Amino acid sequence: MSSTATVAPPDLLEHYDAGPAYDEFLGGDRQPRGHYQALYQHLRSLPANELSRRQSAADLSFLNQGITFTVYSNEQGTERIFPYDLLPRIITGSEWSVIDRGLRQRMTALNLFLHDIYHDGWILKDKVVPVELVYSAPHYRREMRGVDVPRGVYVAVDGTDLVRVDDGRFLVLEDNLRVPSGVSYMLANRQVMKRVFPGQFRHYGVQPILNYGQALLGTLASLAPAHVDNPNIVLLTPGVFNSAYFEHTFLARQMGIPLVEGRDLLVHDNHVYMRTTAGLQRVDVVYRRVDDDFLDPLVFRPDSILGVPGLFNAYRAGNVTLANAVGTGVADDKAVYAYVPAIIRYYLDEDAILANVETYLLTDPAARQHVLANLHKLVVKAVGESGGYDMLIGPHSTAEQREQFRERILANPRNYIAQPTLNLSCAPCFVDGQIEARHIDLRPFVLSGREITIAPGGLTRVALRRGSLVVNSSQGGGSKDTWVLTEAEV
Amino acid sequence: MAMLSRVADHLYWMSRYLERAQHTARLLDVTLDMIPDRSPAAVARSWETLLASLNIDPPDDLPRKPRHITNYLAFDIDSGHSIVHHMTVARENARQVRELISSEMWEQLNRLYLDVQTTNINRIWGQSGEFLFSVKQGAHLFQGITDSTMNRGEGWHFIQLGQYTERAGNVAALLGAHIEDQVDARQHGADQYLELLGLLRSCTAFEAYCKVYSAELQFDEVAEFLLLNDTFPFSVNFAASRMRAALESIADLTDSRRNNPLIRRAGRLKAMLDYEQIDELIAGGLRRHLDTVQILSAQIHSGVHDTYIAYSVEDKLTSLV
Repeated sequence: MSSTATVAPPDLLEHYDAGPAYDEFLGGDRQPRGHYQALYQHLRSLPANELSRRQSAADLSFLNQGITFTVYSNEQGTERIFPYDLLPRIITGSEWSVIDRGLRQRMTALNLFLHDIYHDGWILKDKVVPVELVYSAPHYRREMRGVDVPRGVYVAVDGTDLVRVDDGRFLVLEDNLRVPSGVSYMLANRQVMKRVFPGQFRHYGVQPILNYGQALLGTLASLAPAHVDNPNIVLLTPGVFNSAYFEHTFLARQMGIPLVEGRDLLVHDNHVYMRTTAGLQRVDVVYRRVDDDFLDPLVFRPDSILGVPGLFNAYRAGNVTLANAVGTGVADDKAVYAYVPAIIRYYLDEDAILANVETYLLTDPAARQHVLANLHKLVVKAVGESGGYDMLIGPHSTAEQREQFRERILANPRNYIAQPTLNLSCAPCFVDGQIEARHIDLRPFVLSGREITIAPGGLTRVALRRGSLVVNSSQGGGSKDTWVLTEAEV
Repeated sequence: MAMLSRVADHLYWMSRYLERAQHTARLLDVTLDMIPDRSPAAVARSWETLLASLNIDPPDDLPRKPRHITNYLAFDIDSGHSIVHHMTVARENARQVRELISSEMWEQLNRLYLDVQTTNINRIWGQSGEFLFSVKQGAHLFQGITDSTMNRGEGWHFIQLGQYTERAGNVAALLGAHIEDQVDARQHGADQYLELLGLLRSCTAFEAYCKVYSAELQFDEVAEFLLLNDTFPFSVNFAASRMRAALESIADLTDSRRNNPLIRRAGRLKAMLDYEQIDELIAGGLRRHLDTVQILSAQIHSGVHDTYIAYSVEDKLTSLV
């Protein structure tokens, strides 16, 4: 019954300015959009410092759980927590249904494309995708020609990067079809969020993502070699020094499967075994978080100590499933990316539901000339890289950097593409004790097995440096929980 | 499902190093705590006993001063003998089997590691007792959490095996280091009492000992208690029981019970501790018997490695078919 002095609530949004970018939070009248209203009211009702207190609690929880990634800035390699932003990003049910349909369509087409180019190559013969583009892709694996994979699923686990642009549309920025990571942060963020904003979470009607581990296990089991009833499934990690090691242990625990390293496995008579205390045990499905190059020193890089000699032959013989399949990187090549809308049309006879970002192929002389004249406005990316490496962001670059890229492009035009600099959408983030606008993207995770499963939402990555457009964790990025609302509650 | 050999190895070492960290903390704590009670000569001797108990051959230039010894045994990561070193190795092993141990176990071990790793001698000097207490407490907590959150599968048995193999060796070495002292100190009643008190406290055994014998400390009885008692968790005999039980369970779970040489060795160790008399052991040379304990423990240790961890693949392939 105490009467609290009525103090005008501090202006939470004093420092919030999304600039010209699409604002996820405020509408045109600088009022919170409908689906952010309740959260905004709740934030206003909190005492000053309460957000800081909850942020500290969340950070400590990440540190104690060892939810960290390794930074190789000094020789020891230190562990840091992946920066976590307290405020959830909210997506409405109807916005999500477009994304969901778009991703299903895209993954269906990309799996058909991979099967085609490693078999008859109809899409190449029909000249929808240039044949030289595919064969010159750094991640094209000629060893995969004629190899059949269970259910024709090459990409069992995909993480597609989406960005939201000025008009509010979601565009596909890139596909990650090799060994995409980040899903453990999606799950850990949700776990922490439920502790930090329990009431809000219940009130909002957020679609659950908890069953991801089960869905992944089911997907992997559905891809087991045909003759195996009760497959032995393992997760292959490069080991404790890999920056995503936390995620590997996390997923293995969620699925209750062994986490193995290359040295735990051996191949005998084209079958894969793992060394256990009770002797050797057959392995049927390998969810591998090791790149193609390091899988098998007999076929790929001979200096690899992470892999298993003979693994590829066992795979080609159909005695073990690798997920993802070998050679999927050709389909997330950034130059092949430009053809994905055409690929979708070719196999499915549909228009792409999620559009691509406009992309210049530098093998085309006219496009190359245009790009070289406008380097200061464009983003240039190497076709086979991910994680924000070997990349030029024109507006934030120096003349020297632009000159370097000009030379690299001219030396090897096939190796680069250019795109306009996108203004990624902004969302409120809790930074240095106040609410500020930061650029974000979205990486949903798509599982393909007997059926396609997509966890509602995904990992929202945040460029935590003011004004920065780079969301990669290796370059100052963080993440936040992503809420997809059930349709009825909106 | 059978357990990966590498995983079993990590669990075993995680557990051994945690036990070693805890043992180091306890011995150091007792030695520091008794400085005011001892004569300068006895203090000087106590450093040598401490180092000998831990099987450490210290660098020549290590000053025998409380602060230096504490720094060496608590924080000198390069020596390979410090608490920080043991905690780092324990945690590094745990990190490689995170999917196997419970989240609660990992969180406790990680927290303890972060605590010892982020402090140093300057911060704790003056409150070294509190620091060492927190290490012991943290290790006990981890063992308690392990007991209550981990299922009794193969992994749990490898953890038990690591802990008690380490403990058996540690207590045997500790007793061995104190034999010298006892010979020197026989004529001084008060000094002898202090040394025996220190020995018992190094195994958290003082209170338990008094319940079984009396507060009048006799070397023969202390040795009997720490070596042969089969109900006290820090005695060698108790450790041998646990080692044997763990080896039997592992053998059952991996279908390797028949003619298992490991179980024979564990049985021999156990029989010696069950059926020998302390007066006969002392008359026959206690050191020799303590050496036998250490040798059998070492044989069990390497036998586990050869049988379950680094076995020859060719042998297993021929039995596959």
